[in-house]
Amino acid sequence: MKLAEKVRVLAVSAGAVTAVMAVMASQPVMAAGEQFFPALVYRTGPYAPNGLPFANGFVDYLKMLNARDGGINGVKATFEECETGYATDRGVECYERLKGKNPPYGATVFQPLSTGITFALTDKAPKDKVSIVSAGYGRADSVDGKVFKWNFPLGGTYWDAADILVQHVGKLQGGLDKLKGKKIALVYHDSPYGKEPIPLLQERSKMHGFDLLLLPVTHPGVEQKATWLQIRQQRPDYVFLWGWGVMNSTAIKEAVATGYPREKMYGVWWSGAEPDVIPAGDGAKGYNALVFLAPPGQGQVHKDILKYVYDKGQGSGKREDVGEVLYNRGMVSMMMAVEAVKRAQSKYGKKPMTGAQVRWGLENLAIDAATIKKIGFEGFMQPVSTSCADHGGANSGSVQAWDGKKWHVTAGPYHSDLQIIRPIIRASAAKYAGEKHVPPRDCATDASN
Amino acid sequence: MLYRENGQFKTSYRADQQMLPILQDRIFMGLLLVFVFVVAPFVFSNYFFLSILIPFLILALAALGLNLLVGYCGQISIGHAAFMSVGAYAAYNLVLRVPQLNFLVVLVLAGLIAALVGLLFGIPSLRIRGLYLAVATLAAQFFMDWVFARVKWFTNYAPSGSVSTATIDIFGFQINSPVRKYLFLAAVVTVFAILAKNLVRSHLGRAWMAMRDMDVAAEVIGIRPVYAKLTAFAVSSFYVGVAGALWGFVHLGSWEPLAFSITLSLNLLFMIIIGGMGSILGSFFGAFFIVALPILLNRAPDWLGIHLSTAMVSHLESMIFGALIIFFLIVEPQGLARLWSIGKEKLRLWPFPH
Repeated sequence: MKLAEKVRVLAVSAGAVTAVMAVMASQPVMAAGEQFFPALVYRTGPYAPNGLPFANGFVDYLKMLNARDGGINGVKATFEECETGYATDRGVECYERLKGKNPPYGATVFQPLSTGITFALTDKAPKDKVSIVSAGYGRADSVDGKVFKWNFPLGGTYWDAADILVQHVGKLQGGLDKLKGKKIALVYHDSPYGKEPIPLLQERSKMHGFDLLLLPVTHPGVEQKATWLQIRQQRPDYVFLWGWGVMNSTAIKEAVATGYPREKMYGVWWSGAEPDVIPAGDGAKGYNALVFLAPPGQGQVHKDILKYVYDKGQGSGKREDVGEVLYNRGMVSMMMAVEAVKRAQSKYGKKPMTGAQVRWGLENLAIDAATIKKIGFEGFMQPVSTSCADHGGANSGSVQAWDGKKWHVTAGPYHSDLQIIRPIIRASAAKYAGEKHVPPRDCATDASN
Repeated sequence: MLYRENGQFKTSYRADQQMLPILQDRIFMGLLLVFVFVVAPFVFSNYFFLSILIPFLILALAALGLNLLVGYCGQISIGHAAFMSVGAYAAYNLVLRVPQLNFLVVLVLAGLIAALVGLLFGIPSLRIRGLYLAVATLAAQFFMDWVFARVKWFTNYAPSGSVSTATIDIFGFQINSPVRKYLFLAAVVTVFAILAKNLVRSHLGRAWMAMRDMDVAAEVIGIRPVYAKLTAFAVSSFYVGVAGALWGFVHLGSWEPLAFSITLSLNLLFMIIIGGMGSILGSFFGAFFIVALPILLNRAPDWLGIHLSTAMVSHLESMIFGALIIFFLIVEPQGLARLWSIGKEKLRLWPFPH
């Protein structure tokens, strides 16, 4: 290369570097007057089969609102997806990436769809004044709004789920006292998600005298031979499945191979969707799982989504998947965030809400039967109403069974026993407050913001 | 033309032995430090600190630790995330149980505990080497995973096995904002990098390198393999343990055993392979490559104004990232640090290459 040529190459590369820097510096600024919803999704990786329908329902609901109503009370709703791959570090990166978007309002609320990411964000959210909604997952003790001001496990926690399952099998036996001497195995994803229900099950096992068998499965859960060997040896009366992604269908296949009756298997609400049972084929028949807020199927809101989103070719997924268990759950999760924004707007005015204002909306959420009917969720939603002391807002659940083609609700709704759960929540939240040196707030004086 | 050491004569042993013998290098390093400590805190956004610089600095420190063992002493380890987890959980328990300790003391103690554990798992290196040793260190990975997932005491009986930490406070100075975290880490990493640089130039570092190049010959010239190998394991684990404590306290804030899985061990190994084995600088290059590149690739389409689906972007990220690893390994199997030194050689002759 001649000297002149070298200089030119150098100049060009320097120019390219400056250009990249300039692009990095000038983030696209969104127009003022919008409500921005960050969407932490996973459309790739081992959990994608379950992450996809959830993400589709999540964003389709917003698309529908914009097309049908022009947004939320006239405020256009925007969103941006960020792929976490269910990995905690990438989830935190997504959070940092999206939290400051749409200034001056910032992100509305984060819904990470991962208990691990929820744990990581719990420490960061208070500083950034943005709430974390973990509908049906996350820290069970974050129901205690006095300690966890910015966490909202709306609709129920894993402790509610575990409690309901124990109640259900107790009822099948003819009374909770009949559980004495029985054996229940918990097959769980070996992560904060899977370990969450253990304290409650231990409490219940002490109360009723059943044996609790804890069988961890390592991420991502495709290798479960050893676990099911233990089940074959121990012959538990019931198996509770706390899996996610490919772990669920693998567990059902292993149950078939081991000859363990699927009728005696009960999954949490994250182990009871179509991608969990369909890969297991006919073997999945008779398998049971919990319903979280919304059963599968279609109602008024689905008609609107099909009409305003899919008919225009704007759908995020396939048309026939609208109404699946996880699609509905994604939709319901987004709906609750939207309702929180509406609630906040009723106090602060019909304009975009900041993270702190949305937090007030989440804490004073009142999704009653009339609202549910009005927004087209009749039959797909349980009432949820929150307060400063109770950030969960609901504690019920039904049981559904898979008949080889469809899910059918077979029992319930049950309500978890708050007499048992409340003391554990209080103890766990107090311990967290002590470790982190957060003084619990007083709900009487600090209810406003 | 600019980068030439002609006329820089060394007139004393001291001058000959200094860390950066060439004047231009010293100027460059000085400017770099000024940039890192004075300019950078004002230039970058919080996002850049939290998502790129902080993980980069901590993992660079961990890679540096691993490089001392693998690059300098020639002992392969694929279980180093385990020693990171030892550091992290040791620091967590020290802070929890002895709250009056200063965090800097905690950091050193966590490093020492990790060093002790590293020493223990380094014992097999006295008998086995190469790939066999790599498999033996894998045991550390699985054992520590198991310990922290099953022995409840280490996680203070947390129901979900996830621990979380309070804000770090050093002499009343709270490490709570992104800039403060960054500056704290930059200071720690600078100190440790200077220590490492001097360590590998000392008799210990020379013993390690002799061991790496040919252990029999090293033994013949009077280097005790037991001492050389075990010190390498201990020092390396110390570095990695400190990095683990920082990873938990400064970066994650709350974590589960999965945060220190085998993936992290492999990533550390990739960092030093891509960055350059047996090079302090290489550890930094490698860490930047592994930490920052995937994130930059993920965000690139957005910056360039190309709108792709979320899934497409992450697939592209993996593909391009993989392709770049292969590209760099083909272009320069000895790592990015080697490319850097080739660049310096070229610069020395510029603009009149022979």
